[in-house]
Amino acid sequence: MARVVVDVMLKPEILDPQGQAVANALPRLGVDDVASVRIGRRVEIDFSGEADLDRAKEIADKLLANPVIEDYTVRVEQ
Amino acid sequence: MKIGVVTFPGSLDDGDAARAARYAGAEAVRLWHADPDLHGVDAVVLPGGFSYGDYLRCGAIARFAPVMESIAKAAGDGLPVLGICNGFQILCEAHLLPGALTRNQHLHFRNRDQRIRIETAQTAWTGDFSDGQEIVIPVKNGEGCYVGSPELLDQLEANGQVVARYVGENPNGSMRDIAAVRNEAGNVVGIMPHPEHAIDLLTGPSVEGLGFFTSVLKGFAAGAQPAAQIAQEVGE
Repeated sequence: MARVVVDVMLKPEILDPQGQAVANALPRLGVDDVASVRIGRRVEIDFSGEADLDRAKEIADKLLANPVIEDYTVRVEQ
Repeated sequence: MKIGVVTFPGSLDDGDAARAARYAGAEAVRLWHADPDLHGVDAVVLPGGFSYGDYLRCGAIARFAPVMESIAKAAGDGLPVLGICNGFQILCEAHLLPGALTRNQHLHFRNRDQRIRIETAQTAWTGDFSDGQEIVIPVKNGEGCYVGSPELLDQLEANGQVVARYVGENPNGSMRDIAAVRNEAGNVVGIMPHPEHAIDLLTGPSVEGLGFFTSVLKGFAAGAQPAAQIAQEVGE
């Protein structure tokens, strides 16, 4: 099996309240040198045959990410 | 007039939407997500709820339901479509409406009666209101924060595509207090609060939500038939 990994992140200009909530909790762990936290999603796609990067890009663009608010990167996992 | 109400796996408010259509004087037709046949309806409501469990993103998977392909095509021909809450999210994911809906800024689910201002009566679903009219209907969402680029928002305002705004406290952090938008043609409207829950004083804070349903009926009576239906009649 060949694995393609898709990382989906909110665009930098879109507010990430989940990331903010995590950042705000860090001082409770004694961490006070973190400027910001942003949360995304990692998707692992296992092809039954060869890894098909173009196909994975299509999947990412049409379904896994909403290009209005999110960016994504696609890579074959070695 | 027949108003279709789609049921997706996880829809919650389809019953109330059908009831609101009947209260307004329409025949409510239940449509099924897996059935591409629109059964001759003259308008469609995509109801609230959690279609496909809100997996991935709200509305992202519902967009690919067989019924959505038919609705997208018919909407392009002028069929009035109203997306409420999850239905609004589905319309954005399907690119039938601009922008996107994201997690409420404060991360809390918000459920309360909400005052909104109708910004334009120039849509298939708000013709019965007057511009600037304020109404109170329930809002209940976890991911109702409307976002878009500053350019898009400017464009929506310039085109009169902002249909309603929150008045008072913004319940979810929506940019520019936007509660509802429409497409350029005005036949497709998405709204985050729930007009279908405000049609009877026994169960809602007002009966002002009924206006969305009476609006589409009046438009239909005035002869604004869906282009698809006209094409069908011409073909016969």
